[in-house]
Amino acid sequence: MRQPENIPIPASFSRDQLQTVGDIFVENPRIQCRNVDVYYGEKHAIQDVNLDVGRNEVIALIGPSGCGKSTFLRCLNRMNDTILGCRVNGEIKLDGLDIYADGLDVVTLRAQVGMVFQKPNPFPKSIFENVAYGPRIHGLASDKFELEEIVEKSLRRAGLWDEIKDYLRHPGTGLSGGQQQRLCIARTIAVNPEVILMDEPCSALDPIATAKIEQLIDDLREDYTIAIVTHSMQQAARVSQRTAYFHLGKVIEVGDTALIFTNPRHQLTEDYITGRFG
Amino acid sequence: MSNQKEDSKYSNQGIRTHQLVKAGLPRRRAKENRFKAYGLICIVAGLGFLVILFGNIISHAWSAFEQTYIALDVTFDESIIDPEGRHDLETLTTADYPALLKKSMSALFPEVKERQQKRSLNGILSSGAPYELQRFLQQHPALLGKTERVWLPVDDDVDMLVKSQIDRTVGEADRRLKDFQIAWIDKLIADGRLEKRFNKQFFASGDSREPELAGIRGALMGSLFTLLVTAVLSLPVGVASAIYLEEFAPSNRWTDIIEVNINNLAAVPSIVFGLLGLAVFINFFGLPRSSPLVGGLVLTLMTLPVIIIAGRSALKSVPPSIREAALGIGASQMQTVFHHVLPLAMPGMLTGAIIGMARALGESAPLLMIGMVAFIVDVPGSLTEPSTVLPVQIYLWADSSERGFVERTSAAILVLLAFLITMNGLAIYLRKRYERRW
Repeated sequence: MRQPENIPIPASFSRDQLQTVGDIFVENPRIQCRNVDVYYGEKHAIQDVNLDVGRNEVIALIGPSGCGKSTFLRCLNRMNDTILGCRVNGEIKLDGLDIYADGLDVVTLRAQVGMVFQKPNPFPKSIFENVAYGPRIHGLASDKFELEEIVEKSLRRAGLWDEIKDYLRHPGTGLSGGQQQRLCIARTIAVNPEVILMDEPCSALDPIATAKIEQLIDDLREDYTIAIVTHSMQQAARVSQRTAYFHLGKVIEVGDTALIFTNPRHQLTEDYITGRFG
Repeated sequence: MSNQKEDSKYSNQGIRTHQLVKAGLPRRRAKENRFKAYGLICIVAGLGFLVILFGNIISHAWSAFEQTYIALDVTFDESIIDPEGRHDLETLTTADYPALLKKSMSALFPEVKERQQKRSLNGILSSGAPYELQRFLQQHPALLGKTERVWLPVDDDVDMLVKSQIDRTVGEADRRLKDFQIAWIDKLIADGRLEKRFNKQFFASGDSREPELAGIRGALMGSLFTLLVTAVLSLPVGVASAIYLEEFAPSNRWTDIIEVNINNLAAVPSIVFGLLGLAVFINFFGLPRSSPLVGGLVLTLMTLPVIIIAGRSALKSVPPSIREAALGIGASQMQTVFHHVLPLAMPGMLTGAIIGMARALGESAPLLMIGMVAFIVDVPGSLTEPSTVLPVQIYLWADSSERGFVERTSAAILVLLAFLITMNGLAIYLRKRYERRW
């Protein structure tokens, strides 16, 4: 395990204390989080989280409801900025650059770190407009044909093209739930981000649609880094390479997904995975 | 054994629940039906009152759209119109048209010789008839020196008699028309010289002391100009304020104070805004009194809070998922609001605007304070000319003693309602066009 300089490492790996166990660090990380604390007003929602996200990996964030995994995810593209009274302390670096630095514009950050939400939320516009919106506002296409090309590429990448190529002018909200969610993924990748954050993307979908999205996540790993929050441990096991277990605002255990699910080191992780609570 | 017991207990319970539910069902249903019946009664009562109201207004207003005209054979005698033979427009405007009319009337009733009687005879004609005649001649100057049959408006008393609104059975002293006048009128009717025709005057002219000459156009234009000012000022300012307060303003003590004040302003009696307009716009800024400009400004103050409050609640009701979606792919705050939130909030904002504008259209109290209650004959042609508005005109006519104004009051109410329906219809059409929700 590589230990970069001037990065504090948890002092001990005690089983009983709520301190992170496992492999926090990875080689050449895409995202580094150090001592991240999040407050909602008085509430200390996330406490001292240290976590790395590697390149081209899918990291699953699991844990019981209210443990702060969604809050943590939303820190990574500063979506928490929109919440009143939310404060983020600590350091989050994307490719070595602090995303909470003063001079950083959140517009550029969010173009780099896209997000897919729990409930599919296509714009009440046509399918084409949904996907074209991001490239258009960021000026990614120089003309109409290039824009159409981006839209087609993104929809193909999201595995939606064959189903809807004849209905591009139809409303995005008229699609089924699973198609809508894939449309949202297409909309996200149309901006060509580096990281995609997914906040329980399958919780509103049926098993078949879920399977399609999981397949898609696996495919997208080639090009993107993906952080996914999920309540389904099977899903975490299926799609992710690494898993982080959150408990009461703290990261309890991080490690290879296979290891965490077969041989958890922390008692809390084991209890959660075996279904004793959560 | 114990298992069986438990089973039977549960199944008994199931039956018991079923029986209880069934027993309570008629009561629940009755409650529901009763409530439905109450609702239906309320709606029927409301509709009934509406029918009575409209029936009353329309039955009164109906006759105002017709006016009695008299056919006179007028000889455009050159020796009266143009005694000096100048043949120019000036003479046509200053000519002695009453003399022409008197001659024509005398020709109809040659037996009337006495001065007093002659005056009564000429009183059959409206006092506006000479002007009508002048306008007619100016349009057809070739008729100079010839005789032509001209239709001219009659006095409002005659009009009322023809419309059977003057009771012939009451004593002569209690009637506006004497017996001999009624005899003349009956003769004219018998000759086919009196005829009810469409009342162009009502839609073409401004206010007048004579009912047969009074028209709604002045008030209509005044309302139009006033509402134009109100719309042009209150819509952009109101929508922009709502967007800023809801989407951009930091939430602190100042925005709280502003919010409380806006809510209070919406509840301020409208006449207070009139006083404010009088003090600020007329006395301090010196804007012209009775003008649609000042009226529009006052109504803007009155309408703004309504538009802002409605706009804010419309913006608030846009689901946050849309905002998140836009922000999540890197749209700026402004792009999020203008590309996604505003189009969804637009129908609601427009509804608020419609309500505000409709209220402004029907408002009279604040306009009384700024002088729009004055008796204004001319039809306003600009924002700074003195004018009145429809509700104030209705108030003025309702206050007049002439019998002819009764029907005109109702007709003016109909015009106001038609204006309101047109305006709302337009707004609803616009809203429907915006409301392309998928």
